[in-house]
Amino acid sequence: MRKEYRTIKEVVGPLMMVENVEGVKYDELVEIEQQDGELRHGRVLEINGDKALLQLFEGSQGLRITTSKARFLGRSIELAVAPDMLGRVFSGMGSPIDGGAELIPVKRLDINGAPMNPTARDYPSEFIQTGISAIDGLNTLVRGQKLPVFSGSGLPHAQVAAQIARQSKVLGKDENFAVVFAAVGITFEEADYFISDFRATGAIERTVTFVNLANDPAIERIATPRMAITAAEYLAYELDMHVLVIITDITNYAEALREVSAARKEVPGRRGYPGYLYTDLATMYERAGRIKDKKGSITMIPILSMPEDDITHPIPDLTGYITEGQIILSRELNRRGLTPPINVLPSLSRLKDKGIGSGKTREDHADTMNQLFAAYSRGRDAKELAVILGDAALSDTDKLYAKFADSFEKEYVSQGYYTNRTIEETLAIGWKLLSILPTTELKRIRDAYIEKYLPKAKEE
Amino acid sequence: MGEVGTIIKVSGPLIVADGMADVQMYDVVRVSQKRLIGEVIELRGDRASIQVYEETGGIGPGEPVETTGAPLSVELAPGLIESIYDGIQRPLNIIRDQTGDRITRGIVVDALDHEKLWEFKPVCAVGELVKAGDILGTVQETEAVEHRVMVPPGVEGTLSWIFEGSCNIISPIAKIKTEKEEQEVNMLQRWPVRKGRPYGKKLPPNEPMLTGQRVIDTLFPIAKGGVAAVPGPFGSGKTVVQHQLAKWADADIIVYVGCGERGNEMTDVLMEFPELKDPRTGLSLMKRTVLIANTSDMPVAAREASIYTGITIAEYFRDMGYKVAVMADSTSRWAEALREMSGRLEEMPGEEGYPAYLSSRLAEFYERAGIVETLGSNPRLGAVTAIGAVSPPGGDISEPVSQATLRIVKVYWGLSSRLAYARHFPAIDWLQSYSLYIDRLSAWYKKEITEEWPDMVQRLMDLLQSESELDEIVRLVGIDALSFNDRLILEATRSIREDFLHQNAFHEVDTYASLKKQLMMLSVILAYYEQGMDALNADASFAKLTALPVREAIARFKYTPEEECEERFKQIMEQLCNEMNGLSEGGEEDA
Repeated sequence: MRKEYRTIKEVVGPLMMVENVEGVKYDELVEIEQQDGELRHGRVLEINGDKALLQLFEGSQGLRITTSKARFLGRSIELAVAPDMLGRVFSGMGSPIDGGAELIPVKRLDINGAPMNPTARDYPSEFIQTGISAIDGLNTLVRGQKLPVFSGSGLPHAQVAAQIARQSKVLGKDENFAVVFAAVGITFEEADYFISDFRATGAIERTVTFVNLANDPAIERIATPRMAITAAEYLAYELDMHVLVIITDITNYAEALREVSAARKEVPGRRGYPGYLYTDLATMYERAGRIKDKKGSITMIPILSMPEDDITHPIPDLTGYITEGQIILSRELNRRGLTPPINVLPSLSRLKDKGIGSGKTREDHADTMNQLFAAYSRGRDAKELAVILGDAALSDTDKLYAKFADSFEKEYVSQGYYTNRTIEETLAIGWKLLSILPTTELKRIRDAYIEKYLPKAKEE
Repeated sequence: MGEVGTIIKVSGPLIVADGMADVQMYDVVRVSQKRLIGEVIELRGDRASIQVYEETGGIGPGEPVETTGAPLSVELAPGLIESIYDGIQRPLNIIRDQTGDRITRGIVVDALDHEKLWEFKPVCAVGELVKAGDILGTVQETEAVEHRVMVPPGVEGTLSWIFEGSCNIISPIAKIKTEKEEQEVNMLQRWPVRKGRPYGKKLPPNEPMLTGQRVIDTLFPIAKGGVAAVPGPFGSGKTVVQHQLAKWADADIIVYVGCGERGNEMTDVLMEFPELKDPRTGLSLMKRTVLIANTSDMPVAAREASIYTGITIAEYFRDMGYKVAVMADSTSRWAEALREMSGRLEEMPGEEGYPAYLSSRLAEFYERAGIVETLGSNPRLGAVTAIGAVSPPGGDISEPVSQATLRIVKVYWGLSSRLAYARHFPAIDWLQSYSLYIDRLSAWYKKEITEEWPDMVQRLMDLLQSESELDEIVRLVGIDALSFNDRLILEATRSIREDFLHQNAFHEVDTYASLKKQLMMLSVILAYYEQGMDALNADASFAKLTALPVREAIARFKYTPEEECEERFKQIMEQLCNEMNGLSEGGEEDA
């Protein structure tokens, strides 16, 4: 029988202080039992002599310190896992909430995980075809990558993420595929959009869902993404599945972290977020990847909304420093009706170079990608200039670039949420667009590929 | 067995223990029965604050803390090359063999294989007078690196015995009769990481470290023994720049410190480097590389130690007389680790929560770079070149880490997101970046490349400068407002940007350009501009001038392999001359 402490001395915001404790360990899980038997959970943040500082996941509302009891459980937070998890919906703390039977756990896993040995990692290099040209062609996703979607309030990130989840596949392979979806502090409607979409496509059978909605306790959000990733690790490395993890919205997670930090009166870093936000996010994102000699993989697509669309805000900023690229949605393109409104220029996939080329996509992929980027960038500049000075001010070449930029947005980027393009189709559209420009401008493409792939009709 | 204290407080990676009256600052301690490794960073009475290099979950008050009585040190001996270490020099591949894919806690492994036999060849004879830094003998560590075994610092006397043949790093290879006693020497040296290794004297740098990257070697060169910083927002290619330098820099040894960065980046290095060949020796690049990896999911306190571990290993090879380059990616993560520990120690914060000693710590680190005359009776020249990436939040370099770094370093390669978005890589912004070594190195360039080199580079910079001014005008009033001469400048600078400064790190030929090739590329571009200017002044048609077929040849010159360069260069120059001549003839007809 574990000791129960009735020595709860302080409750401030999400924090609680228990005194006269003995044998308490750092990061231990705590159960707080109220007089009426209601259980809440906490985690040890600091122990100083016989005082333990706890973080309460379910918040402190309605908690009475005189009659509550604290029990230290001698373990950190764990998630019960089993193959039956697929198709189920769990709360943000990992208990089933879909009305189904309790899960019979095969094992319990510490949700904090352990750092992956860099020598055990296998470099992600398998091309994932998402069917979205702006991603496949220019910001290629590979298996084991962590590629966030940077969005803003009112932008269609949910549609983009759902489209990726719906269409993603690895060419020429038929393998075990699963989706882990974590709703972190989002509204019911948004969570429901994903779940309905998974249901409509039948993907729900292969999906594990963790839901912490906007009205669920905020501090619980600190655990939710880790629950999801732990489930993903189980599916990937023990059941050999290729798992796509979608977490939305990381901004809510970071805010919960800030709340705890502020309550502890820690010295804040930028915009009140704790100085360890980078480390904290990294221990989460870095759990994506591949391990040598293991069949499964974890590909992660965290979604975050940038406050005021500001990419230098600490959350997108630190995320960008950890993840392997980013897909950026643009308000301007959205207003102009592009679907999906992906702004390809600041978007980036760092792992694309290993995932494309002959044997993976096609030999000319890298060169055309660079050329499309350079041409679109120049076309945008030309269009900006034309806005100020009128079309007449552009040189003939720049006029072609401006035309290229327009067609590129219309035909390449804006494909609709239900068009699923193969990589060949994407590349063909790219070549068609490049043929707008004179061949002398295609400096980034090897001559042999121009010879082979450039549509010839134009010469007449 | 050291003294034993008791834990009284645990707060993340910081532990406070009492009963520690006799420990010294920066002593390494073992925490709890799990024997986690920690380091004493503050002492108050008999209370010690300890930063723990491993996860502290499950640790609580009452558990013991034991000191080892020694500061954090690295093991230096044959076997370093080709290793991958964590921040406190534990070999990650051996940890993986022992504990699997995840790093667990309290692992104790030797940094170097103490059993492995090496072929030791003495170069000293018995009876010789030897002192610290003298080379006793050599071990061929890899095909590319001859490991020179030196007399450890503080030992001086007559060599009374020396070994020849194969032996491991802990058995004696020599006996030296000092004033007091006869001392046995083995190959293994231990050195505390926070203390620079001794050297004879420091010299001013005067030779460039060539990197094969055109924008660096031509515009913003770094000297051997110099210090450089690469700040840039995420996605601007800091890591690719660092990787390119680690691959192609003409250093004898590369120490690459991945400090708080992505795990996959280290994997990339591990998988790619063995495949790549050093353009000078033809040997695998891994044969000259030491890797230190503290990825962002690994414990934060070890991140702080990792860059010291890296530079100490670099200094050791410097002492042998090698030119070493250390890359630290990224120093911002290191600074954040400092900040986190400082916050937990409840120190009064300086700017943005960073501790007040941030800039002095950074300066201390970078000052360990330099070109030196080593210790020993026959001093050798050794160099440590340090290149630190900085990751400023939001790409705004007004933040403390960037500013403190810029006060120290002599070369600044500023990466810009504007260039990165246009996929102009390396995204080193030529208008912001600088190298304070240019004057110092110009003598070398004049001697080794051509007398005209500084002048050519200056012309290049002038053109780029004019471009930014002309661009302003174009933005205001349009291209038509410019004279043909000015428009030719814009055409030339476009060629400089796209055909010279832009360099594709993933193209098998373009990834590396020798200085000779850089000179040829530069020559053709400047020749086009200058001859074009003459032609314009002789009333040639601007439209025809810009449509010359030779321009495409110039653009594709960068993809010409090194061995065919000279041939191709002559062809292009000839073609340029012919076409220019044709132009002026044609121009006259028009007139």
